[in-house]
Amino acid sequence: MPASQPDLERPARRGIVLRLVVRNHPGVMSHVCGLFARRAFNVEGILCMPVGEGAHSVVLLLVHEDARIDQVVRQLRKLEDVVEVGPAPGGHDAFGSVAGYLV
Amino acid sequence: MKITGATLIMRLLERQGIDTIPGIPGGANLPLYDAFHDSAIRHVLARHEQGAGFIAQGMARATGRPAVCFGTSGPGATNLLTAIADAKLDSIPLVAVTGQVPRGMIGTDAFQEIDTYGLTVPITKHNYLVRSAAELLEVVPDAFRVAGSGRSGPVVVDVPKDVQTETICVDRLPDPGRPDPPPALRGDGIAAAATLIGQAMRPILLVGAGVIASGASGVLRRIVDKACIPVASTLLGLGAMPDGHPLAIGMVGMHAARYTNLLLEECDLLVALGIRFDDRATGKAAEFCPRAKIVHVDIDASELGKIKRPDVAIEADVGEALRALEPLLHPASRPTWTGRLAHLRDTHPLAMPGADDPLQPYGIVRRTAALVGPDALVTSDVGQHQMWVAQAFPFTRPRQWLTSGGLGTMGFGLPAAIGAALAAPERPVVCFTGDGSLLMNLQELATAAEEQVAVKVILLNNARLGLVRQQQQLFYGGRYHASTFRAEPDFAAIARGFGMRAYDLGAAGDAEETLARALHEPGPVLVNVPIAADENVYPMVPPGAPNREMIGGESHAGIAA
Repeated sequence: MPASQPDLERPARRGIVLRLVVRNHPGVMSHVCGLFARRAFNVEGILCMPVGEGAHSVVLLLVHEDARIDQVVRQLRKLEDVVEVGPAPGGHDAFGSVAGYLV
Repeated sequence: MKITGATLIMRLLERQGIDTIPGIPGGANLPLYDAFHDSAIRHVLARHEQGAGFIAQGMARATGRPAVCFGTSGPGATNLLTAIADAKLDSIPLVAVTGQVPRGMIGTDAFQEIDTYGLTVPITKHNYLVRSAAELLEVVPDAFRVAGSGRSGPVVVDVPKDVQTETICVDRLPDPGRPDPPPALRGDGIAAAATLIGQAMRPILLVGAGVIASGASGVLRRIVDKACIPVASTLLGLGAMPDGHPLAIGMVGMHAARYTNLLLEECDLLVALGIRFDDRATGKAAEFCPRAKIVHVDIDASELGKIKRPDVAIEADVGEALRALEPLLHPASRPTWTGRLAHLRDTHPLAMPGADDPLQPYGIVRRTAALVGPDALVTSDVGQHQMWVAQAFPFTRPRQWLTSGGLGTMGFGLPAAIGAALAAPERPVVCFTGDGSLLMNLQELATAAEEQVAVKVILLNNARLGLVRQQQQLFYGGRYHASTFRAEPDFAAIARGFGMRAYDLGAAGDAEETLARALHEPGPVLVNVPIAADENVYPMVPPGAPNREMIGGESHAGIAA
């Protein structure tokens, strides 16, 4: 694990983490992931957990910070199930903290 | 009151103002069809679900209001997909209600089970798998809110059969879903746009489907006249400015008149209104309007900067933006620029050879236009005939021209014409089609005959996939493959077999007189028009090339391609 950990962290440093608040229902992840696939946006990592009473979930997306990030955010805002989109302060720590469980 | 899910859906659709629903019944939506018995909504039985979807699209495009279609689970839903995707690309408000297998059988590969929700994620604005009859109280109005809000688009509501039969107690029905208000207009963008227009020496407006969707033709016309700005149009914006207006310069792009593309090449300001810089309009996008600053107005923020980086971006309903802009503009006459327009129009006009001969492409379009008059609604299929109509039909008002732009779906024209005729029974409806396109939804001739809609199908028949043949000629060294139909159906006989009247202009002694007789018949009529196989649409910008690189279409000479 020590050898692979830097590989997981490196994309985190050059990417940014977006925080979405979404309506929590069985189809919402297919809307978010499908958007990235069909618009050819890269996503390096996804974390998702229900919050509060379970009516909403928070999704953290680790994405490349390139010229298209503004377009990514605008497309995400058009999804009916996405309630909020914004940068996730400290989001890199979240991906760093789970890295050990994934390899 | 106690009510089943199926009856609840019908009540909620009635409250949305829906009076006609095209569709096809099947196992998983039979409860919904049973609920027609105590509803005032009229059902139109299509012969294929894609036809039902495009009939609904024709209704929505003709009126601007959301329309509904029904299909069953499995193949019913997959057959609807093309019409739904077409509505997404052209921003048409459509609500497709599909049957689904009962909740307990979802995920078991049950008979006629398909993941309609999953299949329609990428081709809808939003979609719903309804998990209880009570959810319908929220989902149905919300579907109409989403379909009609902002940039319109299609919505799918997938309803398991046992949700349709579930009985619930409802105290009161929810209010109908209505569009959200458009995004708040920001004055700084409007002021910046007014400043750029004031400074520009050679401005052009480019109008698209957004102008028609927002009902902005009136204020557009006032601005054009006040500030003296030439107006070009995308394929879907035709009709926003009346043909024949001295500042209307027609369609831009791959099959534009030469002077139109040349004038855009010279403009120093492009005011893009409700357009998305589609590649068929822009040609090579990096070289589109190379000398121009850009003002881009669109209700969809994700279109601003997607293809071209605007100098001023305005997220707004186009009509609201233009009404705010109007008082800030100074009256202008721009003699140099309008003189340049007149010069280019004189020297590089749209060449329309054969415009008086109903047996030639431009002739059949122009003669039909003259005979049906300005009240007619016009649909087309996709291909050469579509471009000939876009170039040559004198469109004078918004929502007169219904065509598949973004998805470019062959098979659109006939069912869309049926929908237009159902929505506007007082108007004549003309469907220009090709022999390739018509065969893709031919079965809807039965629907047209059954409903006796006043649809006149003008079939430009070259026994080819004409635009494919043209591209093979121009860009593939004349190596024709799979673009010729070796079997040539007798379309007039086929139409008669479906119960329609039909005429064959090729066999008629007097083509002009026969065309007039056909167009004045009541009910549905098919007119077969033989077209020479080597007729091409000119000018043509090769795919991927900048718009100044046009092939053919010179006015002074016959085209030797």
